[in-house]
Amino acid sequence: MTERAKRAAMREAGAGLLSGTTADCSAYAAGSLLSVEHLSVADVAGILAMTARLEAMAAAERARVLAGRTIALLFYESSTRTRTSFELAAKSLGATTTLVSDKSSSIEKGESLKDTGLTLRALGAEAIILRHPSSGAASLLARVTGLPVLNAGDGMHQHPSQALLDLRTILLRLGRDASTVDAKTLDGITVAITGDILHSRVARSDAMLLPRLGARVVLCGPPELLPESALGLGPGIEIERDFDRALARADVVMMLRIQKERLAGFDLDLAEFIERYQLNAVRLAATVAKTIVMHPGPIIRGLEITGEVADGVQSAIEEQVSQGLAIRRAVLVRALGVKA
Amino acid sequence: MSELLILGGRLVDPASETDAPRDVLVRDGRIAAVELPGGLTGVAGSIAKENQIDATGCVVAPGLIDIHVHLREPGQTYKETIATGTAAAAAGGFTTVVAMPNTTPVNDSVKSLRWMLDAARGPVVKLLAMPAATFGSLGQEITDFHELVRAGAVGFTDDGKPVLEDEVMRAALVAAAGLGVPVSQHAEDTRLTGGCCMNAGRMAFRLGLRGMPVEAEACIVERDLRLLREIEQAERVRPHLHVQHVSTARALHEIRRAKAAGLHVTCEAAPHHFTLTDEAIGDYDTNAKMNPPLRAEADRHALIEGLLDGTVECIATDHAPHASHEKEVEFERAANGITGLETALGLALRVLHREHGMELTRVIALMSTRPAEVIGLKQRGNLRVGSWADVVVFDAAAEWKFAVGESRSKSRNTPFDGAAMLGRVRVTICEGRVVYRAAR
Repeated sequence: MTERAKRAAMREAGAGLLSGTTADCSAYAAGSLLSVEHLSVADVAGILAMTARLEAMAAAERARVLAGRTIALLFYESSTRTRTSFELAAKSLGATTTLVSDKSSSIEKGESLKDTGLTLRALGAEAIILRHPSSGAASLLARVTGLPVLNAGDGMHQHPSQALLDLRTILLRLGRDASTVDAKTLDGITVAITGDILHSRVARSDAMLLPRLGARVVLCGPPELLPESALGLGPGIEIERDFDRALARADVVMMLRIQKERLAGFDLDLAEFIERYQLNAVRLAATVAKTIVMHPGPIIRGLEITGEVADGVQSAIEEQVSQGLAIRRAVLVRALGVKA
Repeated sequence: MSELLILGGRLVDPASETDAPRDVLVRDGRIAAVELPGGLTGVAGSIAKENQIDATGCVVAPGLIDIHVHLREPGQTYKETIATGTAAAAAGGFTTVVAMPNTTPVNDSVKSLRWMLDAARGPVVKLLAMPAATFGSLGQEITDFHELVRAGAVGFTDDGKPVLEDEVMRAALVAAAGLGVPVSQHAEDTRLTGGCCMNAGRMAFRLGLRGMPVEAEACIVERDLRLLREIEQAERVRPHLHVQHVSTARALHEIRRAKAAGLHVTCEAAPHHFTLTDEAIGDYDTNAKMNPPLRAEADRHALIEGLLDGTVECIATDHAPHASHEKEVEFERAANGITGLETALGLALRVLHREHGMELTRVIALMSTRPAEVIGLKQRGNLRVGSWADVVVFDAAAEWKFAVGESRSKSRNTPFDGAAMLGRVRVTICEGRVVYRAAR
């Protein structure tokens, strides 16, 4: 049976991809990381364990793990953290990396994503890390190349390695064992994700991953940036429009940038947004002292978060960046099917 | 003199309210006789064996009529040609198809219409066309309806796009009313759907895709119905609005009310809209991308209700072939549309007849008799003596799976590869010629 026939059969049987806890990912090479939906809790635990093992290794030993392997970074959107951490992660494992960006390649001449992927494969890439402005681009690339693809952010859809690094940051800040998880690890923990949820792939990945580990996710923002349809992301999610109320319950608060580049003509009253949703010292002081402040970056100081909160003791923002390096090592090793 | 005999079948002809065993004699392209079984044994002796079709165990029905297909010729023949598209039609049991005007260039003149309808294009079944309602389908100035109808136009549409401006739509409805043809509207308020590539809702949110709200369809339908009322009152003509590929419960509700109020409005539903929901997009399957998009389950059910209660008068496929390179791209960038001619009957019988208990004669009415009426065909869509011998012979009980590799279309863009079908076409006859015969 072909993949398409298989999918048709699934549809026919009324078995949507949402029916299980993990979506069907048999169409993709093992080791692909396209969406947190494709990860079972055991997969997540395995990635965390691998992260811890790689971290414990001496640098010289680590540099042999992917020695001689070739990894391509394909970036159709600007990136600082994700691109640098994937690249440094790959290099620290001894892999050869090559970076292709839309601005300095044949993509500018109109080469399709499929052909770009096939070209990278022909040049010896064994895995591709893709960032792309279109939702679903990573799935497409994985299908047409048959290579393991690591989704480094596709449109408004998913950013799975970000959710994994957020998870590890939370575990460490809570003082938990960061080398494993199960379905109850985050029982009793409430995570408030606040701001521009609609355009955020990070929000989708976190909101679909954390509840499966026991956390409660509270989405917070105005209806324009947080439609009711967000509740369809899965169980364990609720919407709270009042930021102060959400904050009062939160063990972790994740702030999100307003993605001006994706607003599509919609005119947001920034002054009102700041008034209602900015995380500032006054708001934070009103909460329990231990609330962990997170932000996937880039942060716009003075908009969704003030500088003093971003730089304050409760902020885990820089730690998130460091954990990005650690997690991305593990997902690269997983992508190439190496035992470490 | 050419003759065909169709023997031993169950004749289902909604126009004459017949559902009974009958033998049919075809002579010189027309239905010459419809008789009780055995009633044509007298003529059988003079007709060659190869011209006698054994329809035992099969339904014999008027050939199917699809008033909404894209055949891509001229200008996009890498997707489809009139010859390949109509071959797919014949394989699907269709004997008449109506080509949409969004070719390259747009079919908006008598010259382009004549070129399209010329026998040199090699149509396998009867080809009709709806030329553009406005020049270039730009929505500004209506085309020469009078001359185009004289040249064979059966209606007007800017399909793929709506006629958005009130005054332009009003002018089109008035001009068409005087000629007795419908204006077919692609009901989408494109001011509400910029950048959207699927239905708005939970699935769109989860996939991170911008969704088209149901209001975008409903508000154009509401506007057009208001124009119908105004024109009837002010101009003393009775314009005919045909709403293409209705996909939402809300638009259907408006159409139902307008019909009850006596307005001349008809509408069509596409098999994919009554078979699938937006969940079929799954992991960005671009073969589940079309416009209007697959909707929610409640909309799908409303469509089935509308088909059952007669609010929807016809099934039309919106057959929209595209080359693989136009579908194997990012979902947002992928072309809208799927092929549909070879899966329409199988899906209609599976979903409407088997799953929702619609009588066979109603399915045939939706796919032949009523669409013929919508575009004013008198001698097609029925099996009356003297009508064109457009006939489909199919095994209504046959269960099979559609295999896109066997499609006669040039394109492969369907979400129904491997999907279960009910009812298989055995023979298709157009104007007395066998245009399709299934391999045994």
